Amino acid sequence: MLIELEKRKEPSKAMVYLTPLIAVGLTMVVGALIFSALGYEGARAAWAMFVAPLVDPGKWEDLGLKAAPLVMIAVGLSIGFRANVWNIGAEGQYVVGGLAGTGVALATWHLDGGWWVLPLMCLAGAVAGAAYAAIPAILRTRLNVSEILSSLMLTYVAIQLLYWLMNGPWKDPEGFNFPQSRLFQDFQTLPFISGVGYLNVPLSLVIALAVWFVMARTTFGFQIRTVGAAPQAARYGGFSQERTVWWSLVIGGALAGLAGIFEAAGPFGQMVPQFPTGYGFTAIIVAFLGRLHPIGIVILGGLVLAVTYVGGESAQATLGLPSSATGVFQAMLLFFLLATDILITHRLKWRRSAEGSA
Amino acid sequence: MSEDRLELRGVTKAFPGVLANDHVSFAVRPGAIHALLGENGAGKSTLVKMIYGVLHPDEGEIRFDGKPVTIPNPKAARAMGIGMVFQHFSLFEALSVLENIALGLDERLSPADLERRIREVLARYGLTLDPHRTVATLSVGERQRIEIVRALLLDPKLLIMDEPTSVLTPQEVTQLFETLRALAASGCSILYISHKLHEIKALCDKATILRGGKVVGDCVPAEESSRSMAEMMIGGSLRDIKKAAGRTLGAPKFVVEGLSLEGTGDFDVALKGIGFSVGAGEILGIAGVAGNGQNELVLALSGETPGEAAAVRLDGTPIGALRIGERRRLGLAAVPEERNGHAAVPGFSLADNAVLTARGRKGLVNRGVIAAGKAAGYAEEVIRAFAVKATGPAATAGSLSGGNLQKFIMGREVLQVPEILIVSQPTWGVDAGAAAAIHQALVDLAARGSAIVVVSQDLDELFALSDSLAVINEGRLSPKRPIADFSLEEIGLLMGGVHGEADQGAHVAAAPVVEASHAH
Repeated sequence: MLIELEKRKEPSKAMVYLTPLIAVGLTMVVGALIFSALGYEGARAAWAMFVAPLVDPGKWEDLGLKAAPLVMIAVGLSIGFRANVWNIGAEGQYVVGGLAGTGVALATWHLDGGWWVLPLMCLAGAVAGAAYAAIPAILRTRLNVSEILSSLMLTYVAIQLLYWLMNGPWKDPEGFNFPQSRLFQDFQTLPFISGVGYLNVPLSLVIALAVWFVMARTTFGFQIRTVGAAPQAARYGGFSQERTVWWSLVIGGALAGLAGIFEAAGPFGQMVPQFPTGYGFTAIIVAFLGRLHPIGIVILGGLVLAVTYVGGESAQATLGLPSSATGVFQAMLLFFLLATDILITHRLKWRRSAEGSA
Repeated sequence: MSEDRLELRGVTKAFPGVLANDHVSFAVRPGAIHALLGENGAGKSTLVKMIYGVLHPDEGEIRFDGKPVTIPNPKAARAMGIGMVFQHFSLFEALSVLENIALGLDERLSPADLERRIREVLARYGLTLDPHRTVATLSVGERQRIEIVRALLLDPKLLIMDEPTSVLTPQEVTQLFETLRALAASGCSILYISHKLHEIKALCDKATILRGGKVVGDCVPAEESSRSMAEMMIGGSLRDIKKAAGRTLGAPKFVVEGLSLEGTGDFDVALKGIGFSVGAGEILGIAGVAGNGQNELVLALSGETPGEAAAVRLDGTPIGALRIGERRRLGLAAVPEERNGHAAVPGFSLADNAVLTARGRKGLVNRGVIAAGKAAGYAEEVIRAFAVKATGPAATAGSLSGGNLQKFIMGREVLQVPEILIVSQPTWGVDAGAAAAIHQALVDLAARGSAIVVVSQDLDELFALSDSLAVINEGRLSPKRPIADFSLEEIGLLMGGVHGEADQGAHVAAAPVVEASHAH
């Protein structure tokens, strides 16, 4: 038997959605084999990593907690990626957004309450993230500096800014000299809905739906898609490349910033030096797993990676897997996704070696 | 009697979904110039790629000098004595003629030996070419000569020429034909692929006509008319362009004055003081050899590269500084030369490609939201009106053949009924039947009172369509004149950069026409 790759006449729509599932399946099988060879219970590890969190209702809140920031950031990044604008610095925009919201929280800390404080914190987070992403936008449109480099490097600037604030101006005066901010007041914290999680979980779904509508149905989304697919055709269609770079960076930054303040005002409840957990980088994988499509990002990207995070943690405890196992599974997943992508444009053809095909 | 030089017996080649060649059989005599004639998509390219070893037949037999052969790759084809000159040249602009030829050769020769052999070939066929010139400074005709010399160095028994004249001036074409006749007289067979029928009539001894991958007939071109061969190609009767009698041209509608533009890249052509006016109902043709500023001109006229406000006026309004979107709102439509990725997005559906340019004039967007139903409706209208072969508005532009996509793009612009339409190469790569339909649509649009500018390298097309004509050379445009005032020879000389001097010989056109703009 021979397997031949044959080019399809038209890219397969079904395979666009099937290959991520095939990739998950292959990752489980190969992961099980690898960890068995290393002397662990491989099959159980793969199960714990990809299935257990899904079938255990007790883990669903954790999944939402992990998935919400990933989805929000990835949805924002996907807009830029569609237009070939490569914002790699979402982590920095996430941190700056969290810091700006924290700034508002600390400034209003002595108040007795106020319904407007939390929305103002969120607004500050989004605006700060957008402004931070505007720096690569200016550099790109004015000086033709690659946004890949500038946005990535600005991430480390943001992290240093966080460390400085935590160790100096924003250190909790009653915090026994620990480098962290005051705990936010109740009116400065995201509402918690039992059984669902913090408010950012449903909000991330609403945002994904909104972005889907904008990308699929509006002239703005059409502009982004056209610039990404064929820049010359976009110019011919009357779309400005510069404006596209601006908007896609600014929107991506705003959503990352918003995700940042949601984390600070939600699960963290304060600002701490451990705030950057890599969501901004993992969101890049999430965006591609979800095919840069907002709905795909929620279901395939956000959920699958949240499952590996949650599953990885419990596998460490129950099966004694090393903590790096999560990274190995995530990397394998991306590898198999990229490899199986060829099935979108090609099909496998089985044929017996001796005879020619009919 | 000697054997046939090349014989094909039942050669068949299938691609997924298409039977590109279906039991094709024909034979080429030694020393014959044999035409392979057919519309785009008839299977000509697939067939010659199999003869040159780029593709391999699924079925059937290729015989060379009477013996069945298998040709694994182009190198083997060259070793057997089969040479090929492609439509698109593969030359390094920054290297010399000699270096380019050395790079394409299978055997290693010292530069001195190679130069001696090149000069022999040049002398034998009366070709002029300086082996030490840099390719960037050569005209298109000279560049083609490099490819021909490269093939002739191998002493081929069969030379395949793929659409060789599409980039040449009439004088360069005449010279090429002399070379090919001399070559044939020395015993080399030539397989000549073209859809330019008058050239085939002038040059070829025999023609095999392909349609839909099958041989549908043979003929002796000299005994046929261009029309009868075209009808064999399309398998039906050809429509004539109907121009309304006694048409009067309206007042100047689209006026260009002193339009100049710096070239941005090294190989861009600068536009120098371009000026013309087109009246309502007038079709202005702009002729020229490729690479003389046509692309830059179309971009400047359409607004993809805006310039000075006063340089372009539409109905008296200065629009030269406006971007393409704003110009469209005022009634301009444009079709650039390149279809894929410029005039259309290959990965988008036809409905989305309709939104690309028609969203304003056709109201396909409502408060920033695309009216998907209306977009599909407009795409459907274009498909029907221009007989585009597509599964429907949801088909991707990339799934259409080049000619069908061109019909869709032309239809998309024409049905917007623009005040002024700028078109580059309206029928590039389109078959004869579809070309006639596109021409008729342009003539009808002009009859409604629109002004039209057609930029084309196809002189037949310009003669059939235009009311007036101007010639572009090195970024300068000659004054426009009524089409009837021009002779073919004069246009050829203008295309070659000779302005007004009447007593130049034909070979003048082979002068390095692009040299000045390409020199650093």
